Amino acid sequence: MATDKKLCLSGRGVTKVFGIGRQKLTAVDHVDFDFHEGEIISIVGESGSGKTTLAKMLLGLLSSSEGEIYFQGQKRDIRSGRKRQEYWKNIQAIFQDPFSAYNTFHKIDTVLLDCIRMRGGKHLPQARKVELMEEACGFVNLKYAELTHKYPFELSGGQMQRLMIARIFLLKPKILVADEPTSMIDACSRATILDYLMKLRDETGMTLIFITHDIGLAYYVSDTVYIMERGRFVEHGSADSVILRPREPYTRRLISDVPKIHEPWDLSTVVFA
Amino acid sequence: MGHTIRQVFRSGKFVVGFTILMSVLLVLVVYPWWVPEPPLQILGQGTFFPPGIYVSAYDASNAPVLYTLNLRDAADKRIESRLSQEDRLAMQEWLVADGLAESAIDLADTDALLALWEEHYEPDRRLPGMTFARMRYYQRVDAGLDSLRSAGGGEILAARNPETGELEETGMVKLTDYANISQVANVRILPLGTDNFGRDVLTQLVAATGVSLLIGFVAGLIATAIGLTLGLLAGYIGGWVDDIIMFFTNLFTVIPTFVLLILISFSIGQDQRGAITIAIVIGFTSWVWTTRSVRSQVFSLRNRDHVNLSKLSGHSLPRIIVADILPYIASYVVMALILQISSGILAEAGLSILGLGPRTTEVPTLGLMMNWAMIYQAHVLGNWWAYLPVLLTIALISFSMNLMNTGLDQVFNPALRD
Ligand SMILES: Nc1ncnc2c1ncn2[C@@H]1O[C@H](COP(=O)(O)OP(=O)(O)OP(=O)(O)O)[C@@H](O)[C@H]1O
Ligand SMILES: [Mg+2]
Repeated sequence: MATDKKLCLSGRGVTKVFGIGRQKLTAVDHVDFDFHEGEIISIVGESGSGKTTLAKMLLGLLSSSEGEIYFQGQKRDIRSGRKRQEYWKNIQAIFQDPFSAYNTFHKIDTVLLDCIRMRGGKHLPQARKVELMEEACGFVNLKYAELTHKYPFELSGGQMQRLMIARIFLLKPKILVADEPTSMIDACSRATILDYLMKLRDETGMTLIFITHDIGLAYYVSDTVYIMERGRFVEHGSADSVILRPREPYTRRLISDVPKIHEPWDLSTVVFA
Repeated sequence: MGHTIRQVFRSGKFVVGFTILMSVLLVLVVYPWWVPEPPLQILGQGTFFPPGIYVSAYDASNAPVLYTLNLRDAADKRIESRLSQEDRLAMQEWLVADGLAESAIDLADTDALLALWEEHYEPDRRLPGMTFARMRYYQRVDAGLDSLRSAGGGEILAARNPETGELEETGMVKLTDYANISQVANVRILPLGTDNFGRDVLTQLVAATGVSLLIGFVAGLIATAIGLTLGLLAGYIGGWVDDIIMFFTNLFTVIPTFVLLILISFSIGQDQRGAITIAIVIGFTSWVWTTRSVRSQVFSLRNRDHVNLSKLSGHSLPRIIVADILPYIASYVVMALILQISSGILAEAGLSILGLGPRTTEVPTLGLMMNWAMIYQAHVLGNWWAYLPVLLTIALISFSMNLMNTGLDQVFNPALRD
């Protein structure tokens, strides 16, 4: 069903090697992928399998050691600072650890103002900016008035991650890479975060690359699933085919770790209870 | 920012160090009002006058009012201080010749010595082998002792009449005459005595502390500025920029900085070396350590997610360095600066002790004072006031800065972990 859509991000032989000599470590090992516009793609793998490394390469925050990444069918060129900034208007991220994702010296509204500026709203009247920020905060059920003069470390992890989503709400990128957005959050907040993320994706229709170690979650949210084992994609396909009819033992093992995977999923009762 | 500063001032160690340093600075500011003369002015004819209150003998005997005080122990004290070691030895010689055991005589105990003298001395007796001149010498010593003890004794003041050239009596200073020190026209306190050139050590020390702090500050600022800039560039940009910077940093690491400092100071030549020149030389040879540590800090910061987020928010490289990297290492840089200042002061002292410090004619520095004290062997002669206060000042400044540094460390390190 996805194949008739336009390609938005794809890669051939994408590799990342850290270190040299004896300490050489291939974190991402010749992976190929095709992500289509509007799809929700899950990348599933256990800890240390190279998910974050791949995400950083997709985002252009880390250069690849080998291989090529294509953006909207074209070879991605982000060698100059200007081109990188242009690229980042299209692709954004939610990081794994909200506690280290903010500059602790800046107040929270600078984060949101940066987004407005990036969307060309630098010269908007102040009242309009506040209105936009209020709207964004409202989307994730945060009170702008309460946040505006606080520092990031004065928020809870869940609130920080919601603020990240508010940021994406303002930026409206074509692609969002969400790197385990709920793994550092307490179980109660997880459901809400995912809820907002899915609501945002439904409203904007953006491509969502959802990285997780929880294959049950992947099954619940995604159209397409890529299974990553020690830097390689060992299996991929539609969520149904991969998870209900896994071919690889690694995939089976991931599935067996999650109870009740074949039962119908309900956000509020099963996964996040 | 304000929050951080409040935190810093809640650290006991920092506050103690800061208070010491501020007190030193306060003294530097206030002292010149009290003693306005230039620090290198030569006051004393002679070397190493000991610390004390110097009263003009002329002004004391010519004070407007002389008071008569009959103090019981005045004579004893007077004899105690007037009786020279030579006289005491001569008295011992007499007593031994008179048949006393040498061990029975304690030269330091004036009272006992005088009692023995009283008992055994006979002015007209000539001991065997004694010259006539020697006999007269003993008579003089004895007469002197008598006059110091007699109640009505004193000395006549005389002046030469400018017309006749004759000596005329102008007054009499009796043994019981006292001048009130506040009525003596010229009194000079030299709390730390004078140095080898007869200059007031305390005045010099105050001026030298100021100059040394300035040298340390300039050297520290230069070293920190260079170290910070190179460290930021090497750490953040990496690649060939890092390679080039690390090449020079390693070069400077291999060459011992102090040797380099000596060579540069030597080649500049004595006449060209002002205090600031020395400070600049010290600054330009001591940035290596700051560069290395800033670089490694930046290395670990540049891959942090808040930097990534800043990139994703479209910020430029200079803005990321200034807003997302610099604040995280600012506390560290302040600590490095404090250390650089105190090591700059020590480097100047080291150079000056070798005679390669600033030229000696304009301003004193702590190092120069040490250099002078050593050349004139104050430490051999036991003239502690010429070098001990200098050492203590250097130690005090280093100590206060290190305290401040430790205090900052305690405040900032938990924050660095975030
Ligand atoms: N900057 C780096 N330098 C060296 N090695 C790195 C670096 N970043 C990651 N690695 C290594 O690469 C491998 C993959 O790391 P990565 O963070 O991509 O894993 P992950 O799948 O995101 O794991 P997790 O689920 O724990 O987040 C790990 O073995 C890690 O130690
Ligand atoms: Mg990860």
